[in-house]
Formats: sequence, C-alpha cells, structure tokens
Amino acid sequence: MLKQIEGSRAMAEAIGLCRPEVICAYPITPQTHIVEGLGEMVRTGDIKNCEFINVESEFAALSVSIGASAAGARAYTATASQGLLFMAEAVYNASGLGLPIVMTLGNRAIGAPINIWNDHSDAMALCDAGWMQLFAETNQEAADLHIQAFRLAEELSMPVMVCVDGFILTHAVERIDIPTQADVDAYLPPYEPVQVLDPKDPISIGAMVGPDAFTEVRYLQHYKQTLALRLIPEYAAEFKARFGRDSGGLLRSYRVEDAELIVVAMGSVNGTIKDTIDEMRADGLPVGLVTLVAFRPFPTEALRAQLVRARDVVVIEKSLAVGMGGPLANNVDLALRNVAGAPHVHSVIAGLGGRPITCASLHRVLRRALVQPWEGAHFLDLNEEIVAKELHHVRKVRRSGPTAENLLRRLGQAAEQSAVLGASR
Amino acid sequence: MNEPARTLDPTQKLHFYQKGTFTVGNRLVSEQERAVQASIDRSNALTCGHRACQGCGEALGARYAIDAAMRETNGQLIAVNATGCLEVFTTPYPETSWQTPWLHSLFGNAAAVAAGVAAAMRVKGRRDVRVIAQGGDGGTTDIGFGCLSGMFERNDDVLYICYDNEAYMNTGVQRSSATPPAARTATTPAMGPEPGNVFGTGKSVPKIAVAHGIPYVATATVADLHDLERKVVKAMRIHGARYIHIHVPCPLGWGSASNDTIRLARLAVECGLFPVFEAEHGLVTGSRKIRRQVPVDDYLKPQKRFAHLFGSEQGNKRLAMVQAIADRNIVEYRLLDHDGDV
Repeated sequence: MLKQIEGSRAMAEAIGLCRPEVICAYPITPQTHIVEGLGEMVRTGDIKNCEFINVESEFAALSVSIGASAAGARAYTATASQGLLFMAEAVYNASGLGLPIVMTLGNRAIGAPINIWNDHSDAMALCDAGWMQLFAETNQEAADLHIQAFRLAEELSMPVMVCVDGFILTHAVERIDIPTQADVDAYLPPYEPVQVLDPKDPISIGAMVGPDAFTEVRYLQHYKQTLALRLIPEYAAEFKARFGRDSGGLLRSYRVEDAELIVVAMGSVNGTIKDTIDEMRADGLPVGLVTLVAFRPFPTEALRAQLVRARDVVVIEKSLAVGMGGPLANNVDLALRNVAGAPHVHSVIAGLGGRPITCASLHRVLRRALVQPWEGAHFLDLNEEIVAKELHHVRKVRRSGPTAENLLRRLGQAAEQSAVLGASR
Repeated sequence: MNEPARTLDPTQKLHFYQKGTFTVGNRLVSEQERAVQASIDRSNALTCGHRACQGCGEALGARYAIDAAMRETNGQLIAVNATGCLEVFTTPYPETSWQTPWLHSLFGNAAAVAAGVAAAMRVKGRRDVRVIAQGGDGGTTDIGFGCLSGMFERNDDVLYICYDNEAYMNTGVQRSSATPPAARTATTPAMGPEPGNVFGTGKSVPKIAVAHGIPYVATATVADLHDLERKVVKAMRIHGARYIHIHVPCPLGWGSASNDTIRLARLAVECGLFPVFEAEHGLVTGSRKIRRQVPVDDYLKPQKRFAHLFGSEQGNKRLAMVQAIADRNIVEYRLLDHDGDV
C-alpha cells in the first residue's frame, strides 16, 4: 500500500510486518522515530505477541536482544553512533554466539566533537564485528531491507545491521510502498532457531573456547558470510518476484557500460551522484556509478567485475579512518588487488558530520578526476582557510586550546566579518 | 502477582541441640522443610567434574541455589551466567557441568540477557519457565551494575544471584566494590601507611536492591545452606525482580585454608560483618540473629589477606575500625535483638 510517510515510520511498519517477538532499544538520535513507531504499534496491538522493552543503555538493549534471541524469539533493536559504540562488546558477542538479531543503524557521526548528523563512522567502526551490513539508498529500500534482513539473519544464524542514513532517510517524508502482511508472511517464514535455551533439551551456550577451536569458530563465521554473498542476491531476486521492485542485492550499477570513470558509494548519496552523472553524461563525459548495498560481506568479486574495465575509480564515502584514509576506498582497493591493468582508485572523503554533498561539489571533484586524478584522500569542500589558520596558531602557541572550539570561533569571526562587510556595502 | 510466601523460617521453630553449629538434622524437620540436597531427587544442576578450586564457596553456593530453584520449578529453569570464575570453571568445553539450559554472554550484561530470556518466555507463552541470572561480585556490583539496576527497576521476572567472594578472583584477586576495608588484594597491596583496601569505600548492593523496592531481596551464606535453600525457594515463588546476595569464601583469594570455607562464612555472620537479612518491596522484614557475637579478629585472623592487621599498634587501630563496622551492622540489622528462641 502506498503511503506518504516518514522513513522511520515506514521502517517501523516493515519491521512490524516481520512479526518481531522482542523489541528492545534505547533512545539515540536519529534512530528514535523507528522504535517510537514500534512501541506505539505494540501498544495499539498492531504488532501482536511482542514484548517492547525500554532499557537503561544500548549495552542493555542489545544484551536483552541476545537473551531473547538465544531463547528462540525473533529479536530486533536499533541504535546509532555513540550507542553502537556503547554496545560494542555485545555487538561482537551476538555474532560470535550466532544469534540472528536484526538491528537498524541510523548512521550518524561519532564524537568528539559531539555531532548528531549523518555519516558512516559508526557502521565502519564495527564493520568487522561479524555482522552483515546492508546500506539503504532510499527509504523504500530501507523498509524492504529489513524484511530481507530477518530472512538472511535467520537462514545463516548471523546478525544483520541495516544501515540507513540518519535524518536524510530516517526523517524524510516520502512515498513508500508498505507490503501486505500476507506477502511478508509468504516471504519470511517463522523463526526456527538452530540453537535454543530449552529446559527439555538443556544445552550450554557461550562456553569458553581456547586455541584448540577458536580459529575454526571464526573461520565458520567468515564462511557464513561467504554464503551470504550468494544468498543476498537470491533473496533480493525472490523479493522482486513477490513485491515487484529491486531492493537489496550486493550492489547496483548505473551507466557503467562504457564508463572510463566509475564512482563507488553507499547509502543515500547515490541519488545525488546519479543526478550528477546524468548531467556529466549529457556533456559527453564517460562516467558511471556502482552503489554498494552489502558492505559486509564485502562483494569483492561482483565489484571487481564492475570495475575492471574502467580507467579510474572514485570512491566517495562518508567516513574517515584517521591516519589511514577512507575505509571504503581501502576495501575497493582490495577488490582490485593483483588485477593486471586495474583502474586507479581515488578516494573522496565527503559529508562528514552531516555536511551536505551537493551536485556542484560532485561535479568539481569528478571532472577533476577525469583530467587531474589525485593520490591519497581528497576531502570534499574542506575549508582550507580555517584549517590553515588553526595550524598556524598551533605552531605559534603551545597551549593552543581545544581544536573544535578554535575552529568554531574562527568560523564565527569569519561570519561576523562578512556581515560587517555586507553592512558597509 | 505475589502468592503469599509459605512461612518456612526455621529460626522460628527449630531447636538447636548441638551448641556451636547450625546443623539441624533432616530428621528433626518436617518432610517439606528438608534440604533439597538431602533428597535423592535433587537435580545436580551443577554436577561433578567442574574445575573449581578445593573449598570453593561459590561452587557450593551455586550448587545449592540452582538445585533449590530446579526443584521449585520442576526443572523448568534457564540460567544466565556473567563472565567469572563460575562461568570458567563450569564450562571448559566440550565439557559442561550444567544440567540446565545455560547461557553465558558477557561480564557486565547477565541481568539484561536474563531479562531478554524472560521476555522471550513470556511472548512464547512459557510462563512455567523461570529465569535466573548469576555472577560474582565484580560482575554484579561493578561492571554489571547498570544492567542489574535496570532489571530491578523494570521489575523483570528474573532472580539474580550474586556470589560474593569480595574481589575479582578469576583475574587474580583484584579489588571490587565488594572488597572489605583493609583486605589485601592484588590492586590494594598490604603496603604503605594504609595497607590493603581503603576504609570508607565500597557499597552494599543488597541495600541498593532494597531501595529499588523490588518484591524480594535477601542475603545468605554458605554457612547456612538450609537458610540459603529456603530463600531461593521463596524467591522462586515470587514473580518480578528478585535478588539474593550469597557470601562465598574463596580460599585462594582470601588466603585461607580450603577446609575453613564454612567456618569463615559462619564467623563472618557471627561477628556482624556479613548481616543476613531479608526484605520485601523495599522494607527489611527480618534478619538472622547472632547467638554469640564473636570479635572480628576471630574472622579476620585465619585469612592471609588481613595478616597485616595483626601484630602492630597501627594494625590494632585498624582492627578497631573493622570492629566498628561490624558493631554498626549489628545495630542496623538488629542482629542481637533476640526475639524469642533463635
């Protein structure tokens, strides 16, 4: 059914259709509207046979989900940013125990400096924790991915993080097709756990494992993710057959056929990138786009197949591994490792802490990539003036003070100056 | 939601024929009140073959507590364990000593994981299946305290059992917030002008549990296993959040003889340092009376962790400070206010 609703509400309705049995979350912006919606639906009885639990921290939220999942219930939680880091120990624990929990991550920057806006730092911080990570491009896809996520998680007994851009998706109101209960029931069978706490068959779960078997436990986790590389496209195809639209899969490509330059990106920014590519194509420039949906498992082979024919690859990502560069660019490099004549990979760090990524900026950087490609990471729209001033200040004064506050003061001074200039004109 | 608890307090009815012991032969009590461990039908929930040290108070306490809970629930019990000695020595996989469904997740989340298990049982319509969370003092009073308080305030249907051996024994005897003043641990060495753990630090989690107003809180000790069983049985007849804090001597961490575990646990009660009491819905309802108060020296002297207190004037001053703590407990919990036969 078509509805004009907020992305968070659409996700909540889609999750509700998956018949979750235990929902447990702790408030953190920008994930809150999703669990508020779910809480409401549990109260009104729109979601039946479900326990909605308010807890004292994200660590507890995922811990309650772990207990519920181990006891055989379909468990769901949601978080973002600091919340994901606060539950980090339980994130590893859930995957190590093989519990098919589904968690929405309303992607948000990580502090300090504290920042509530969107980037992918949170997902990247825990990308190797043994969870599958699927990134939504649109709110329709965000809703649909949750339905696929439960299926995938429960088939493999492995948790899934559905990553949705904070505010840009979670708080955007748009037209979204919410499936029917009958269709979701037909697509997603009831949860049949592979291990469960049951007094009839008492087993111990979570025992200590020494050097004798730890490698094998980890290997099997990795192996399951390689199985997911096959299951993710399979479930997306089944989803399309039943619901009539493309959602999910490992990756999608756009105008790559004859592209000499291919952009790689994840999440909601792909819409803006497609508009930019259309405009560049109109100018006769050979550019295309690969949108990654699955970041874990990383679709190395599928991505390589898309990229090998290009001359250059530009990875645009909303994350920065300080001291290294772009983590997504690094992963893309891996997909091209040992490939003869592989395209050159150029990294763009963009949209950190919610800075808008505009078509104008994308035009500038992509046109530059065609004629004057760069090495290392390029920081899109970096305010070089205040950076230079701060660096100068730091060199001059030993007790130079807190960087974030210094930069904000410089921005304020600049704004004041331009206001004065404007008034004097 | 609370069915009226059966009056089962042996302190009210029994007579102790042997001086200096709490032992009451099963013959002397009614069939109903006999020890769970005395029954041939006991579940041996924590069965033989585990790797606990000789004289481990925690293994003993856990065995009695879980068996009592198993009997009360007809075996419909799920246990969640915090990281710690109990977790490590019971599950050197592929061996496990647990005869119950048992889950270990992390050090600091046992209360929350158990709340999740309880929620799953509710949603599955398995109201007969009950849930216990258990951990040591570190996993309860320190790292697991946030989750514990959350479980209490939500009144989740979980019995949390803390086995308190007064330090982080699994990692090599470091100080916890349950470590008593003056005790030597690896992180409060018996060195400097004020050797051992600092006076005026630490907290009483049983009192904090009472302050949550939950249906049932009790302290218990391996010195009085009949009372321990009774309290577990009582707790399992109540729904909502419940807390039992069991004092369990640790020969390794305390520097005591392994055959002194029960004696030390008893001395801890009889000197007043470990008050044994019960509370319901935020009010203390009773305490286990001390028949003859012993000086704290009697309890502290057999333990190497307190050796630095003996044989110096400075040590004597600090012993007097420990005695003052015991005396204060005696007043606070009315431990010497005999009301009839004890």
